[in-house]
Formats: sequence, C-alpha cells, structure tokens
Amino acid sequence: MTIGLEHYLVLSAVLFCIGLYGALTKRNAVIILMCIELMLNSVNISLVAFSSYIVPLMLTGQVFAIFVMVVAAAEVAVGLAIILAIYRCFTDVDASKIDLMKW
Amino acid sequence: MGLAAAFWIMAVVVVVAALGVVFLRNVFRAALALILCFITVAGLYITLSADFLAAVQILVYVGAISVLIILAIMMTREVQQGSPSNRMKLPAFIVAAVLLGIMIYTVTKTSWQIAAESPLSPTTAPLATKLFSESGFILPVEIAAMLILAAILGAIVIAREK
Repeated sequence: MTIGLEHYLVLSAVLFCIGLYGALTKRNAVIILMCIELMLNSVNISLVAFSSYIVPLMLTGQVFAIFVMVVAAAEVAVGLAIILAIYRCFTDVDASKIDLMKW
Repeated sequence: MGLAAAFWIMAVVVVVAALGVVFLRNVFRAALALILCFITVAGLYITLSADFLAAVQILVYVGAISVLIILAIMMTREVQQGSPSNRMKLPAFIVAAVLLGIMIYTVTKTSWQIAAESPLSPTTAPLATKLFSESGFILPVEIAAMLILAAILGAIVIAREK
C-alpha cells in the first residue's frame, strides 16, 4: 500500500483536532500554548504534503510552512512573556481564574 | 515500502505524543511529549522530501521553542499541580470530533490532482531562489523580519521587571 496525499492530510487533521481539544479544555496557560503549537505543526504537515504531491516543482507550500514557523516563533515568544507577566501579577497561570477583562 | 513503514511508525508516534501532550498529568512530561512530537514531525518532512524544512523544524522547534516552553514551565511550576481540565470537556470533545469527521470526509471524498513528477530532492537551493529572488517572496521575508523584531521587543517589554 503506497502512501498518498490523503494519508498525510488525515494525519494532519487528527493532530489538529487533538490540539484543538487540548486548547479548548486545558486550564494551564502554558499547556494551552503548547496545544496551539501542535495545531500549527499539523497545518505545516498538510502544507508540505500539498507542496510535494500537487506542485512538486514549485515549493510554494514549503515557503508557506517557513512563514508559519516564523509566525509561530514570534507568537510563542510573546505568549510566554504575557504568561510570565500574568504570573507576576496574579501568581497563577490558571486561564479560568484570569477573568479581569471578562464581561 | 520502506517509506510506507517509516510513515506508519511516525504517524503512530506523533499521534501518541500529541495525546500525551493533552492527557499527561505532569506538565513537564507533557512538554517532553511535545518535543517528541516536534522531532517526529521533522521525520515526516523527510518522508515528504522536504529536507531543509526538517532541519529548520529541528532548529526552531526542538532547539528554541521547546527551551522557551520548558523555561516557562519551570518559572510557573509551583502554582498548579498537574494540568486539570475545565468544565467544557464534553462540548470541546464533540466540537473536535465533529471537525475531525468533516475534515476526514472532505479529504477522502475530494479527487486530488496528483502531479506526475517526483519532488525536488535537495530543496535548499531552490527554496533560497524562491525566497530571495526579485520575482519570489522577498517582500514577505522582509515583513517577517520586521514581525520578528517587533515580537522580540514586545516580549522584552512585557516580561521585564518593573
């Protein structure tokens, strides 16, 4: 049985949904950030799979994956800085207790 | 045949590691599972003949982002034992399962136009021409550099002591 595009896409969908479930249910803010990284990685897998199966000579999907990595790195730096600042104010990283701006 | 075996092994490992990130009670072990997940995704890139992207994945994710995450876990360690769930467990599971079903249905029902050519095998030089040539992606590269600079400055300003 040869590995086709669908295998990679289904794998990426499974990873995305695991990450989505974690990001929706977890209360620790660092774990939520880790689950978001998981979702970004699954999107990268599907981009690279599209690139190498549909347009194998153009590499556009890989360029997009590189930009997703750039944005993910920036996002994790700022996100962890925000978590540390919140920790310094509240001495807590529980996302369900940080409700200062909740309506 | 070897490629198929490698894909299946790495698919199982990556899904198990992702489940570990979500369901392990110890936050530090969840971070280690996340690192395993990153390394396996790099292996998946190699099976897709994206060698440069696999190296970047190891450098950026395994080298930098994991260190940042573990640092944050160490600094916020004593406030919360384990990684408890909130009350949205069942609705979140239903949302994730429905989304997964929809995505798998669409992926398997669509007839993809698979190209006949085999992908480029060393991708570093073609990626460089793609990224840095005049007709390529040079403007997004510069914008990404500005984004990184802004993110670094913002992170320093937010995280420093008053």
